[in-house]
Amino acid sequence: MKTFLAFVNKEFKHIFRDKRTLIILFGMPIVLVVLFGFAITTEINNAKIAVLDYSHDTYSQKLQHKIASSGYFDITDNLQSNSQIEGIFRKGKTKLVLVFPQDFGKDLVNNKHAKIQVITDASDPNTANILVSYLQAVFQKFSAEEGVTLQSNLDIKTRMMYNPENKSVYMFVPGVMTIILMLISAMMTSITIAREKELGTMEILLVSPLKPIVIILGKIIPYLVLSMINAITILMLGLFVFNMPMEGSYLLLFVEILLFVLASLILGLLISTVSNSQQTAMLLSLMGLMLPTILLSGFIFPISSMPDILQWISHIIPAKWFIIIIKNIMLKGTGFSAIAFETGIMVLISVVLTIMTVKKFKIRLE
Amino acid sequence: MRKIIFIVQKEFRQIFRNKMMKPILFVMPIVQLAVLAYTADFTVKNINIFIEDKDNSGLSKSLINKISTSDNFNLVEVSNSFTEGFSKVEKNEVDVILSIPEHFNRNLKSNKKTELSISADAINGTKAGISINYLQNLIVQFSQELVAKKGVKNTHSGIEIIQRDWYNPSLDYKYFMVPGVLVLLVTMIALFLSGMNIVREKEVGTIEQLNVTPIKKYQFIIGKLLPFLIIGLIEFTIGLAVALFWFKVPFLGSIGLIYIFTTVYLILILGIGMFISTVTDTQQQAMFLSWFFSVIFILMSGLLTPIESMPEWAQNITLFNPIRYYVEVIRMVMLKGSGFPSIINNFFIISGSAIFINLLAIWNYKKTS
Amino acid sequence: MEEEKVIEVKNLTKQFGAFKAVNNISFDVKKGEIFGFLGANGAGKTTAIKMLTGILSSSSGEAKVAGYDINSQRDKLKENIGYMSQKFSLYEDLTLKENVKFYGGIYGLSNNEIKNKTQEMITDLGLEDIQDTLISDIPLGWKQKIAFSIAVLHHPKIVFLDEPTSGVDPITRRQFWNLIYQAAADGITVFVTTHYMDEAEYCNRISMMVEGEIAAMGTLDELLAKYDAKNMDEVFIKIAR
Repeated sequence: MKTFLAFVNKEFKHIFRDKRTLIILFGMPIVLVVLFGFAITTEINNAKIAVLDYSHDTYSQKLQHKIASSGYFDITDNLQSNSQIEGIFRKGKTKLVLVFPQDFGKDLVNNKHAKIQVITDASDPNTANILVSYLQAVFQKFSAEEGVTLQSNLDIKTRMMYNPENKSVYMFVPGVMTIILMLISAMMTSITIAREKELGTMEILLVSPLKPIVIILGKIIPYLVLSMINAITILMLGLFVFNMPMEGSYLLLFVEILLFVLASLILGLLISTVSNSQQTAMLLSLMGLMLPTILLSGFIFPISSMPDILQWISHIIPAKWFIIIIKNIMLKGTGFSAIAFETGIMVLISVVLTIMTVKKFKIRLE
Repeated sequence: MRKIIFIVQKEFRQIFRNKMMKPILFVMPIVQLAVLAYTADFTVKNINIFIEDKDNSGLSKSLINKISTSDNFNLVEVSNSFTEGFSKVEKNEVDVILSIPEHFNRNLKSNKKTELSISADAINGTKAGISINYLQNLIVQFSQELVAKKGVKNTHSGIEIIQRDWYNPSLDYKYFMVPGVLVLLVTMIALFLSGMNIVREKEVGTIEQLNVTPIKKYQFIIGKLLPFLIIGLIEFTIGLAVALFWFKVPFLGSIGLIYIFTTVYLILILGIGMFISTVTDTQQQAMFLSWFFSVIFILMSGLLTPIESMPEWAQNITLFNPIRYYVEVIRMVMLKGSGFPSIINNFFIISGSAIFINLLAIWNYKKTS
Repeated sequence: MEEEKVIEVKNLTKQFGAFKAVNNISFDVKKGEIFGFLGANGAGKTTAIKMLTGILSSSSGEAKVAGYDINSQRDKLKENIGYMSQKFSLYEDLTLKENVKFYGGIYGLSNNEIKNKTQEMITDLGLEDIQDTLISDIPLGWKQKIAFSIAVLHHPKIVFLDEPTSGVDPITRRQFWNLIYQAAADGITVFVTTHYMDEAEYCNRISMMVEGEIAAMGTLDELLAKYDAKNMDEVFIKIAR
């Protein structure tokens, strides 16, 4: 036990002596969470669109005015002819072009029906579809206001449960917190063992009477402390800078965070044991984890929309489970039973990773 | 110039002497490209819906029928208790609750106002928004069909949208993602390789030996840039092949233009990495710093979330994000066939920055402490 | 021996904040000499060498190496010197031949010259068996010799050696010094720092650094006589007190 503590002590000293790295380790997550918390959202505002108006009547003007004041769109160009459409798309800023036919106003008044061509730059199909649906909503309102459509008596009221003001912050901040926490934890530990191998201090460790599992634990503990400090800082940012609600139990959240951080750290250690140099460790943990974690965790793109194979793969990504857990606890305030399954999976992942790490470590010894 | 070749040779030897590097550099990114490009789909299927029907009329039932037979929705249960639905949402078994009020049928038939209520589980963020959208459209369709049955002449009342999708008529989101993911991968490799490079020589001590030689700083930096540039271009080529032949992303523009731009872009990224390598003392520091920049570059590239959605100050930050410019160019050239005039702005920004950062790295690298 | 001075140092100082690592040292080294720069660890030897090789700037004073000023003519200076750092800075992940090829090229040797010199080195040192082995797999004693040979590959006017014999047995040290003698016989001036006092015997002239200053300088005989000592260890003890 004494040797173990001495070992842990040494690891702590390593870390805290490198002031530059410390600043990076603690400062970066703060910067990143604040930056992304404000910047990452999928709401579309001020999409740039162009109008090709062949009718120039009061109706088309009114409708354009309504579109411009909806907040979703910015009418940046008024085209004069069809031939200009290609050119404006080529410039790359315009998302769609509205074409009003010559008899727009007349058709609307006489036939209660008119057509508008919406030409989208579908190179970004997701945005294209969203914009078209926004337009649809504006058009529907317009038609009703102008008495073109019969006022439907059917009203639809919508609300977002657990997020009544529909703040996109609620949707993305937990994801940002998770991603940053995971990446930084895995990164920290991924380089540690590889570093010792490169610097040659590994041999000293191996000669000591410490068992592999003890060495691994000894390496994790200082980083666990560091990561938990990071985690709590990030959580505070979420609560106080972004005003995230906290409906659930702090204790439960703390335990879950601990579990998640542990899983991330062990993952990093696994990478460290299989890497033959610091460079390899870095490339593996950064390149190997960054994109898959961001894209497969459900952070931005819904997992349920992905092909089945990808959905299966997403099951082994700890971040995916943790995002569900953290959202449930903070936004829904659920108790343990609702997230028991997800928690179980994370425990399983941690155990499997630990076994793999110890195994790989032993192989390295021989 | 000969001296530069010697440095290039040495760097290549060092990179490939490490057995793990080849798969990491060439296999891993390509696998990621092939797999991850499928993630960016916002079309949502399998929405679990719970319907609270307090009306129980023929009309409400036909609405329920319309929903349950739709491809997007998965009807979990119909009952008259909202709390039941709510508890299912709590257990993550249901995504959306539709509430049909009492007298729904009666009110509609007698032209009185009535209200349907949609409650979506916002935990699922984007999915919730899209689900609401789908459901709203279904309901509007339903109400229009009702109106049609009443015998009013125009079934298509109001403004009809004729949608024409250019450059991607099938609305294949992969056309959008693949070039973007390719850019991300190539960027990461370039940044990480160059970021660790000079620092490693510092850590090991060989940098001293180099500083004593008469080699000039620019020869040194160029000699280190070239191997990574070549590797980057090879990767880009492999990725491009995957994009064209596996994903069948169209390529309307000029290949030469793409390669010229990619080369300049890579020089910029490598320059950033080199600079990081000159301001750090250990590989660990270089790693963290490179990570910091790459995370920002990736998340604020416009690839995952639109730049237009960001607040003004964040949009201004993206002006310094090389990925943003590169993604724009690659999409414009591949999908729209844009030529040099259209991308001239981006070209000048990237080349200017490339020159600047590399000069900065050369200046900052001191052969004498 | 010609009287041409290849190293001229006047009042050279290096200060880090208030601490003077090298304090006002002055000395000359003549062509063809083997000049020993002795001193305890931390006395300032490495700092001095780094200034003379142009990789560390001086705080005050002047010095000329191979006729070039260490502050204003670094590029020319570096073309004319060789250096072997304490860590021997060979690329561990390259082979012997690859290291030679690299440094040869950096110093501007032609491909032919590189080929010939590589062959020479391998034959002279008997390295046929390990010519394609990675440096990381070569024992320390061989590494030292290889590092030295690479340092003089381009036949510089002066070669600077910083603690070249640290960590090896006496026999290997002797072999190493044979290499140094050969280089000196070839006209290369050798400037070598060491904390092994007995290596003073191998040098033409010695200087002893204590806490950043030159405490003594002269030939071995001169110093032994002056300090009434039997060997340099005794001289050191007497001076360092």
